[in-house]
Order: sequence, then structure tokens, then C-alpha cells
Amino acid sequence: MSAKKLNSKFAHLITKDDNFKKLSINFFIFTKISIIMSNSILQYSSITKKIVMALVGLFLLMFLLVHLAVNSFLIFDPSRTLFNEGAHFMATNPIIQTMQYVLFGGFILHIILGITLQIQNWMARPVRYKMEGWSHTSPFSKFMIHTGIIIFIFLTIHFINFFLVAKFGEIPSFGDTEMEDMGLLVIQVFKMPGYVAFYVIALILLAFHLHHAFQSAFQSLGMNHSKYTPFIKGLSTVVSVVIALGFILIPLVIFFSSRYQA
Amino acid sequence: MNIKLEIWRQKDAKSKGGFVTYPLDGVSEGMSFLEMMDFLNTTLIKKGDEPVAFEHDCREGICGSCSLYINGRAHGPAHETTTCELRMTKFRNGDRIVVEPWRSKAFPLIKDLIVDRSSFEKIMQAGGFISVNTGAAPEANSIPIPKNHADEAFDSAVCVGCGACVATCKNSSAMLFVSAKISQLALLPQGQVEAKTRVQNMVTKMDDLGFGNCTNTGACEAECPKGIKIANIARMNREFICAKMGAQKMSL
Repeated sequence: MSAKKLNSKFAHLITKDDNFKKLSINFFIFTKISIIMSNSILQYSSITKKIVMALVGLFLLMFLLVHLAVNSFLIFDPSRTLFNEGAHFMATNPIIQTMQYVLFGGFILHIILGITLQIQNWMARPVRYKMEGWSHTSPFSKFMIHTGIIIFIFLTIHFINFFLVAKFGEIPSFGDTEMEDMGLLVIQVFKMPGYVAFYVIALILLAFHLHHAFQSAFQSLGMNHSKYTPFIKGLSTVVSVVIALGFILIPLVIFFSSRYQA
Repeated sequence: MNIKLEIWRQKDAKSKGGFVTYPLDGVSEGMSFLEMMDFLNTTLIKKGDEPVAFEHDCREGICGSCSLYINGRAHGPAHETTTCELRMTKFRNGDRIVVEPWRSKAFPLIKDLIVDRSSFEKIMQAGGFISVNTGAAPEANSIPIPKNHADEAFDSAVCVGCGACVATCKNSSAMLFVSAKISQLALLPQGQVEAKTRVQNMVTKMDDLGFGNCTNTGACEAECPKGIKIANIARMNREFICAKMGAQKMSL
């Protein structure tokens, strides 16, 4: 699917589809609530902000795990039945549909807090060093805002390519079932070499982000213990590698395997 | 040993500063870094130049007066060492050594390499104490304290307040210092009386003074000359959560 085709689809939605308007209004309201929430949280102490950042981050991690599980259906079942059933469940279940707004709010909160905290941190050192960054620390921890921004750009493109198309695009039904053939859309996109390359790079950066983030969240929540902290740090590496590798393998398998035809 | 020093020179808080390069010959390996600085100043005075201003006092690593950001690291390249105890053996003949003051909004520069670290004192005044009646010292064994708590409290109490944690943190955060001071009291029974108000007051003061936010990079722990651990920061976060959620509402 070319970008031009996607854009024309998108323009059609904005003018004609009532459902789109309804959803946009909902998202607008939730964005507003999230911004109000982040504004009030910004008045709290640095530790409160840290704790909110950690809790929201862990919540977003849960989403990643669910998303990865559903995506993996496409690998376990190349006939797309399992994946389409999974996607149909996610699109129709009322609890999931409600959580989708909470998730959206979580992203907004995490992004707004992340950016404002970073600006405050930059302002805390108005004159920079000539030589700096020679301390022995985790290299990934220094680039959270940079990896975060690239992940955000990826998420925006990803959101337009899949979420908006799934909600409002004309997706053919799967065989003679009432389910939409979401699997076909995924395979179409994952047959585009440029998209796959971008996807892989973004997910590698996500691994860098999570490698610091997971164990850091426990530290922020006050959970540092001589017995368990080494385990949590190890788990942080495992979680980041498993999530990134899992997500990366799916487009690679689809791109290179002839079992998947767009 | 011949070295080339690049030192930040700034006349006063309002002047514009800049790096000045000083080639220095005849440095002995046995000199401490500060003795090398004294040697440099002697040569500057002989030439009729203004000597480099830097802070120092005990020169045995316990007062926390010395600072200096040397070649991109607080207190220089040696592990768990203050600048005054740093030896020139850590450097080689012909080395270029960049010496900078601590950089932080909360540590305004006074002159050359000296910064105003009174922000730390303001944080201590906000709650880094226990209130006891003066008089005869109480019987030491009347309050039993587990040995491991006493040891941990002591490990936190060795913080000399030099500010290396703030200087080295990419966010200029003072969390390691504040958490060490909170921990040393939170671990002991004497500190319990004011525990809930202490953590809230000290954290509020820290935020007000313009220190950055902690992002758990661990740079402070890596550079602390006294080996204070970031486990203290986690303890402070726990104390803060308990105080905020459990204590009565207070106006800060």
C-alpha cells in the first residue's frame, strides 16, 4: 500500500465517516484529560513525577506484551485465522475498547511528563561542561529522551498505518466470516522493505529504552534490595531483548517467507 | 613530568569566563592534584599573574571542600577518591588536563573553580537534623540498634557533601546527597520522630533550589568519592511515598 493511497483513504475518512468524528472527539477529550492530569502532576515534587513516570511506563509495558502476543499469532498460524480472531476480539471486546482510551492517556502522560522533566533537567545545568559523560554508567540511560522521541515518531506512523486503517479503512472480510482480514493488511505492510527496515530500527531503539526503563521503574518506586535488585536488572535485559526480538522477528519472517502472500 | 592544563578562569559571578591553557613543567608524580595546583599558582604569582582560585581545606578527604571536574569526571579519574587525595601518578607526561568547576544552576559560580554550594546547607536546614533536648548524654545502650542498621546508617553518613553527585549527574540532580542525609536518620530510632516531615521538607527544598530530576542513570554512585549507593535514593523514595500517603496533610 503506497503512502499516496493511504492519504487518500485518510482524507475520505475525515470528510465522510461519522464514526471517525465520534472517535476523534473521544480522543480529543482523553487528550485534554491527560494534559490536565499531567499539568497537575507537574506541580508535584520530583519524586512524585518519577513515581508516576514509573507506573505509567510499567503500564505501557503491559500493553507491549499483549500486543506482542497478538502479533505472534500470525507466526504460529500463517493461514491468518488465529490472528484475525485475536484482532476481532481486541476490536470488539468492551473492556479492551475502554482500555484503549486509558492506554492513549497513558502514552500522552508518559510523553508530556518525559519531555517536561527533560526540559527541567536541561535547565538545571545552564552552562555545560567542555568534557562530560565520562562516568561509568549504563549507556542507554543517557539517551532516554532521544530513543523516546524516535519511538514516538514510529508510534505515530504505526498508528496511522494500522489503527486508523483498521478503524475506518475498507478492509475485506476474512473468507466468509464476519471478521475483517487484518492479517492481510499486516502482511501487505510487512512486504514493504522500507517499512520493515524502519520497524526494525525503531524496535531496536525500543529495546535500548526498555533496558534502562524496566529496572529504573523499580528503583523509582523505592524497590532496591541487595537480594532482588540484581535479579530485576537481569530481568530488565531479558524483557527488553524478548520484546524487541519478538516484534522484530514477525515482520522479518513475513518479509522473507513465501508462505505469506500479500 | 610536563603537563598542559586547561583551566576555567572567571573573574567573578557576573564576568564572562573562559578556558586558559597553562603548560606546566617539573610536576612530580608524588604530588597530589591540589599540590600541583599550588605549584601552578606559585609560578603564576612569580610571573605576576592572578592565581587560580579553588576550594580546599583538610586535604585528607573528609571535609568535602575540594571539588574540580577533571577530564570529564568529578574529582578526577580515580575511583572513590576526592580531588585532594588524587595523585599525579594517575596522569602521564604530556597529558592535557581539563579542569572545570561544578556546573549546576543550584551551584552558582563565585570565581574560577569555586562554586557556591550553600544550596546543600539550605536542604539540611529544611530537615536534616533531629531535635533533642541538650543536657547529659543519654545511656548509649538504652536504645538497642541492630548492627546492620547502624552500619548502613554509617555508610550513608560518610557523605561529605562535596556535590560530586550533582556535578556528575547529567540532570544536576541532588538526589544522592539528599537521600544519604535522609537515610542516615531514617535508619536509626532517633530519626523516627521527625521522619515524615523531614523527607517532605527536604525534597521540597531540593526541588525549589533548582536541582534537576533523577533519572536513575547511576552516574552519582559511580563518581561519589565516599561510595554512597543509589539504594539510598530508593529508600528516600520509599520514605517519601510513606510520608505522602500515610502522614497528615501538611503545608510545605
